[in-house]
Amino acid sequence: MANLKDLRNRIASVTSTQKITKAMKMVSASKLKRAQEAAESARPYAERMENVLSSLASSMKGQSGGPKLLSGTGSNQKQLVIVATSERGLCGGFNTNIVKAAKVKINQLLRDGKDVTVITIGKKGAGVLKREYSDRMVEHFDMSHVKNLAFTDAAPISIRIIDKFEAGEFDVCTLFFAKFVNVLTQIVTPLQLIPASINEEGGTDLAGACYEYEPDENEILEDLLPRNVGIQLFRALLENAVSEQGSRMTAMDSATRNAGDMIDSLRTTYNRSRQAVITNELIEIISGAEAL
Amino acid sequence: MAEKLHFELVSPEKLLKSADVDMVVVPGTEGDFGVLPKHAPLVSTLRTGIIEVHNDSDAEKLLVVGGFAEVNSEGLIILAEIARPLAEVDRETYVTEFKNLEETVLHAKDNDTKARAEKARDGIASIIEVLDREVA
Repeated sequence: MANLKDLRNRIASVTSTQKITKAMKMVSASKLKRAQEAAESARPYAERMENVLSSLASSMKGQSGGPKLLSGTGSNQKQLVIVATSERGLCGGFNTNIVKAAKVKINQLLRDGKDVTVITIGKKGAGVLKREYSDRMVEHFDMSHVKNLAFTDAAPISIRIIDKFEAGEFDVCTLFFAKFVNVLTQIVTPLQLIPASINEEGGTDLAGACYEYEPDENEILEDLLPRNVGIQLFRALLENAVSEQGSRMTAMDSATRNAGDMIDSLRTTYNRSRQAVITNELIEIISGAEAL
Repeated sequence: MAEKLHFELVSPEKLLKSADVDMVVVPGTEGDFGVLPKHAPLVSTLRTGIIEVHNDSDAEKLLVVGGFAEVNSEGLIILAEIARPLAEVDRETYVTEFKNLEETVLHAKDNDTKARAEKARDGIASIIEVLDREVA
């Protein structure tokens, strides 16, 4: 039987763990709210951008010689996979899920005989992927200095990616991130950044109007598509931040509950053994008195 | 009351402005243009410059960097990467940034960093140029 002092120490340590997880839950709850607001306010820009792009893209459809960011290089041999994860751990299955989905995709591409390169954003995913694909990791973006994600944090990454694309280092680029559904559910989503996946149906409401383009469609597209990559990336990172906080909140909530259960059972054991000790002592005293 | 133009200014982070105004002067890549109510549908890219928002008798000026403008039957929408009121823009910070980037260009170890710094420097230079023209 564990001695009483040990049990007391265990209880004290589990209680302080519970305090920490509870605090982390509160912190991520408030961060979640802020991240959600940020994701919300980024929506108008992305939506308008998508509208204009889809109407432009549908008017360009069927024409050859469109910008490569839209139509692709005509090959899909060289694949780039971007994996966006968090900078911090203790957020449940968040990072594991993203990495797992990315691995499935990478392995499938490798089986198909494609050349795969990997870029990671956030160190949690980088650590895991490095073990398996260290020779394929071409770049890592550290986001640990970023507190509240701004567009200026995402822009340099997208510029690097576009530079690489223009240098012919890859044909297709897919980004893995977790889409936030609610606090309990985050879905890992692959998003094709290059060539741009544009919903051509979205532009129908504009199709009736005859637009004047200044400069011409092609030049506007060439200007907009790189921006669109930046925006998509920015949105994905915002979404990822929300998911991370949501996931952490759930994880910390269940950790707090588990700690509570543990404290309960430890306390029961503690009380029982304390009582046993007392009973023992009493028996000793009584039997001592009887012997006299 | 005269008809108003619905104007929205959006940056990636948030919706900056949404208002009904009389006229907006937009710095397009191929020259400035004014947008009044019932303007023909138009899509244009923007250069670094000043948007002038005219409403009643006062005009508000905003600095925009990169983006595009769309005019449709609902009004004018400007999507800009950076947009802030001219009064809040501090020329000095841009000048310091310009100098820092100049340093980076001079001491860049490889061509890659150099090219990137040069690009950033030119961006800042055009902002300063616009600000100077506005003051003059």
